[in-house]
Amino acid sequence: MTQQIKGSSGIIEPDLARRVNLDTAEHDVINPDLTRSPGKGRRRSPLRWIMLAVGLVATLALPWLVYPPVAMDIAAWALFAISVDLLLGYTGLLSFGHAAFWGSSSYVTGLIAINWGVPFPLAILGGMLFAMAIAVPIGYLSVRRTGIYFAMVTLAFAQMVYFVANQLSGLTGGENGLQAIPRSFFGIESVETDSFTFYYAAIGLILLGTWAAWRIVHSPFGRVLVAIRDNPARARALGYDVDRYKIIVFVLSAGLAGLAGGVFAISHGFTSLQELEWTTSGKVVLITVLGGIGTLWGGPLGAAIVVTLEDWLTSSGFEGTGIILGSIFVLIVLLFRHGIWGTTQDLFQRRRKAD
Amino acid sequence: MDGVEPVQATSGIPLLQTSDLTKDFRGFRAVDGISLSINAGTIHALVGPNGAGKTTLFNLLSGFLAPTSGSIAYRGKDITGKAPEQIAHLGIARSFQITSLFDQLTGLEHLELALASPTGLGMRFWRSERQMGQFRQRSLELIDEVGLAHLADKVAGSLAYGQKRALELALALALDPSLLLLDEPTAGMGLEDVDRTIDLVRQVAKGRTVVLVDHNMHVVGSLADRVTVLQQGQILAEGSYEQVRMDDRVITAYLGNAHA
Repeated sequence: MTQQIKGSSGIIEPDLARRVNLDTAEHDVINPDLTRSPGKGRRRSPLRWIMLAVGLVATLALPWLVYPPVAMDIAAWALFAISVDLLLGYTGLLSFGHAAFWGSSSYVTGLIAINWGVPFPLAILGGMLFAMAIAVPIGYLSVRRTGIYFAMVTLAFAQMVYFVANQLSGLTGGENGLQAIPRSFFGIESVETDSFTFYYAAIGLILLGTWAAWRIVHSPFGRVLVAIRDNPARARALGYDVDRYKIIVFVLSAGLAGLAGGVFAISHGFTSLQELEWTTSGKVVLITVLGGIGTLWGGPLGAAIVVTLEDWLTSSGFEGTGIILGSIFVLIVLLFRHGIWGTTQDLFQRRRKAD
Repeated sequence: MDGVEPVQATSGIPLLQTSDLTKDFRGFRAVDGISLSINAGTIHALVGPNGAGKTTLFNLLSGFLAPTSGSIAYRGKDITGKAPEQIAHLGIARSFQITSLFDQLTGLEHLELALASPTGLGMRFWRSERQMGQFRQRSLELIDEVGLAHLADKVAGSLAYGQKRALELALALALDPSLLLLDEPTAGMGLEDVDRTIDLVRQVAKGRTVVLVDHNMHVVGSLADRVTVLQQGQILAEGSYEQVRMDDRVITAYLGNAHA
């Protein structure tokens, strides 16, 4: 190749020869590292129906396996993580302020339930819409930044929401949080009082949110998102208004986070400033990365592991939950570069190729 | 503006016209008062050494940069300061000097995205991705046109360099542009692929206007109807390839003895 470059006398620029040359002999060679990159979850695997069935069975069996309120926590955090993955895995945006949507929805859901006593899905709908409404200006002002700056701007907005909630203590209960959120459900007593039955009433909302995320990812819009993640300048040159797409996905993501936060508040019967704290934003990013980004399955897996582990450690009276979780996170990030789900997928693919 | 050869009067109406276009980067003037006329239906080459302002000029024309002063008119209308996506919708498509694709998408998915761009389908987050299938036929034609039909379902990240450049060209074509801006379409290619790309560009230039940046004089000589030589952000000479090649200033400035 180099000889050919030198041989063509008309070239002005001598450093051309130093550039990477095309090698026709390399056609059809697949770069092994790229097939392992996140984002391939968008491709429909032949196993997807089996995975879907396993996932559904696991979701329905969950309150039999763990204490039902913990099962509900897992489901809510799973959807919360999916909402973060929509931004991180599919659009390439790391939001470090998603507690703003999860937490504010938990408050609004609680306030609606307390003041109007409507069936809980309606209260949650209200919380979700509120989260989406505040996501419009936050998204509008954040998406102009990328990378660490985007993370910092979203964090700053989330802190603002935290302080506002703290200031409005007449409404939010300040340090005490919002107590005694009722769980009204068309007078069906078992749902309203029994957390086992409540799980099955509320899981429909979580599954609906998960389905919405799946729909978004596998839509024409989802393909534009992946294009934006891979190469925003190119997407613009094709005529796509990148900022607009980012704002829309940000608001959709906030809606899912709000849905999850509303379910969480109803399930617990109270909510507090902790749900708005930056540590909550950090935890959901940790769960998402732990499970594996760009797959939608990673979030639920990460949520199951982290929430279960937290529950075990706390109930065994162990004080250093954070140390254990932190160590696991460090190990997994070091050993499984694509998270637990992504790495498992890689193993399966390699095996299939070897066969 | 010393040393600029007077632009010859041409019969056609210019498709694209810049007047006194200037771009400063913190005191450094990358593009310095360029007034350029691109006639419809021609292949117009921009040449010059690194730092001559070619890529900056491209970024100005495609909206990726806003000029410090001066203006750009397309079909007689002022488009100065328009965003890249707006310019794309006006029928100006560009390729990039450094291969610029979506690594995780297949060739077909790229082309479907480009074809879907003017339809607004991309906003429909509630529809199935199968909707993109309506562009499949045209995508297959386009990918065949650049000789990549057998690789249509491979993700772009796994393609070889020359194949990526070809996909890049197909992508620009998918927008069915009136004006095609090609930033070094043969950069880093071996001779064989350079010749193939020349044929390809000639083919796609039919019925279109092309502005081309390339360092390879072979490419410029075989394709360009008109050549503008840039130096330090200014126009040094303009004319046909033969005229420019014989220009004393151009020879001393760049070609040296390369054309001996």
